[in-house]
Amino acid sequence: MLTAFAILTDGLAYAAYLFMVAVGLTLIFGVMKILNVAHGSFYAFGAYGAAMAAGIYYDRGLPEAGGFLFMILMAMAIGLVLGLILERGILRFVYGKDEVIIVLVTYAVFLILEDVIVFIWGPQSYAAYQPMVWAGNIEIGDLILSNYDILLVAIAAGLALFAYWALKFTRYGRLLTVVIFDRETAAAFGINVTVVYTVTFIIGAMLGALGGAMMAPKISVTLGIGVEVIVLAFAVVAVGGMGSIEGALVGALIVGICRAAAVHLMPQIELFVIYAVMALVLVFRPYGLFTRAQPRKI
Amino acid sequence: MLSRANLIGALLFLAAGVVGLFLPPWLVSLLTIAFANALVVLGLIILWRAGLVPFGQALYYCSGAYTVALLARWGGIGDAFVLLIAGGLVAGVVAFLTGFLLARYREIFFAMLSLAMSMILYGVLVKTETLGSTDGFGVDPPHFLGYAPHGDTLGFTLYWFVLLVCAIAALVIGAYFKSVAGALAVPIRDNEIRVEFLGISVTRLIHMKLVIAGTLAGVGGALAAMTIGHVDPNMAYWTTSGGFVFVTILAGAGSVAAAFVGSLVFEIVRSFAFAVLPGFWQMTLGIVLLLTILFLPEGLGSLATRFRRRKPDTKPVATS
Repeated sequence: MLTAFAILTDGLAYAAYLFMVAVGLTLIFGVMKILNVAHGSFYAFGAYGAAMAAGIYYDRGLPEAGGFLFMILMAMAIGLVLGLILERGILRFVYGKDEVIIVLVTYAVFLILEDVIVFIWGPQSYAAYQPMVWAGNIEIGDLILSNYDILLVAIAAGLALFAYWALKFTRYGRLLTVVIFDRETAAAFGINVTVVYTVTFIIGAMLGALGGAMMAPKISVTLGIGVEVIVLAFAVVAVGGMGSIEGALVGALIVGICRAAAVHLMPQIELFVIYAVMALVLVFRPYGLFTRAQPRKI
Repeated sequence: MLSRANLIGALLFLAAGVVGLFLPPWLVSLLTIAFANALVVLGLIILWRAGLVPFGQALYYCSGAYTVALLARWGGIGDAFVLLIAGGLVAGVVAFLTGFLLARYREIFFAMLSLAMSMILYGVLVKTETLGSTDGFGVDPPHFLGYAPHGDTLGFTLYWFVLLVCAIAALVIGAYFKSVAGALAVPIRDNEIRVEFLGISVTRLIHMKLVIAGTLAGVGGALAAMTIGHVDPNMAYWTTSGGFVFVTILAGAGSVAAAFVGSLVFEIVRSFAFAVLPGFWQMTLGIVLLLTILFLPEGLGSLATRFRRRKPDTKPVATS
């Protein structure tokens, strides 16, 4: 019973993390049909930015509560700038090329940004544990839970609700849905697709950076954190169906719970299980759980 | 068989072998790795001609490498020829099995699923303590039909061995590109439903291409394991696959020769960047990749074609 409960809570916490990194990726793919390898860099930039912000903030001995907010704002600002530079500076020149070629362009960007991180922050690792310590723990029966994990789950849930509301009930969200369905028709009806692309990419980048900032207190912010995240986010998005927000949510839950179960019951297969689940889902649902059927074009 | 292209190719490989005698050992081992990786790239070119870009070719590369390492360590087999065939065979079987699933996918989904498959192997290897977990383990130096060289001689022997394998692969794959099955790659990329209407099973053709590419990657991995003398799970990580795709883009899918030229250029650029700009070698690679995609979308191989096209082209297009 305790194990089952632990699996559930750990799984939810991990799923929250997965959802946060996957939602930006799936948004960008849904709108722009770009599988963005550089999303891992957004995550890394967010984490580094948050760790830097934590250093600046807590060294001044300012009130504890504001530090977390400052970290998030810093990460979002970095995501905004980075997204704007990439979309306007590089990606807009390759629109219209083959999808796979654009993946490679983002892979090149990823390689470049890996070294930019070293250039800005150096090879040493950073820690931003303060919010985690500040949040403290809570005991439920025999189980000790970190309040920070609960916060993480709450924020991810809030993000999912917000994304749902924004897509279904706001003007911009409806425009976005139109572009997702058919880009050319949307353009023909007078939607400025160029602006929609830029804004979407920036939002996606900010979400990636937010994921990094949220995780920064839990991990050691060090070189190569983006490399691992990107394949995890791919797995989640592929399970849920690429370009689908609800798919990212369900994918994150499935992968998160399965991994937590593996960690508690059979630690040897922890890494293996994530990709095995993905392969298994794809065997039965070739294009993920939440995708519309595509017509065959002759 | 003895066409002009094959003759030139054979002469170039011979020249490469002779030149190796005058090069320092570190450069020889760099070239050996470059040629071994070129085999993987050759396989990727086969797939890319059909419009498929796998982001998980490292699966087969790693299978080949680990087969060699395991056989050498626990099987007591040290003969390079046997190890090579075993590595290629195991990778080919893995490719055959995964092919049933992969051959149904195209484009991004193909890339992602192949990525997932290679990450599964990575996950298994990282958690397997008996195989050294993330550290991997060493591979004993191979011997060649009873001849067991040491030190620098081993390096040279391996270099010639790799060149020999590459020459054979180039010859076979060159013939494959000219065959009907090979020539159908471009029609599949352009419009596979029409190829189906011709009465050809696209799935089966792609399955075959996957097996060929997987076998080549396994052979490349086997050679790399013998050359480096060490295997580790990073051989299956997605960045390894990404590196191979990188070289494929750099080389272009134009010809067999492009794979070797591209692989050599890649190793040289990487070593150069590593030596001159140690903190920025990834950035250098990224910029090279970006520039290639933007300004040389057909790869280095297209430079030769572009040059040739300036002359009036009167030769009729081969139909098969």
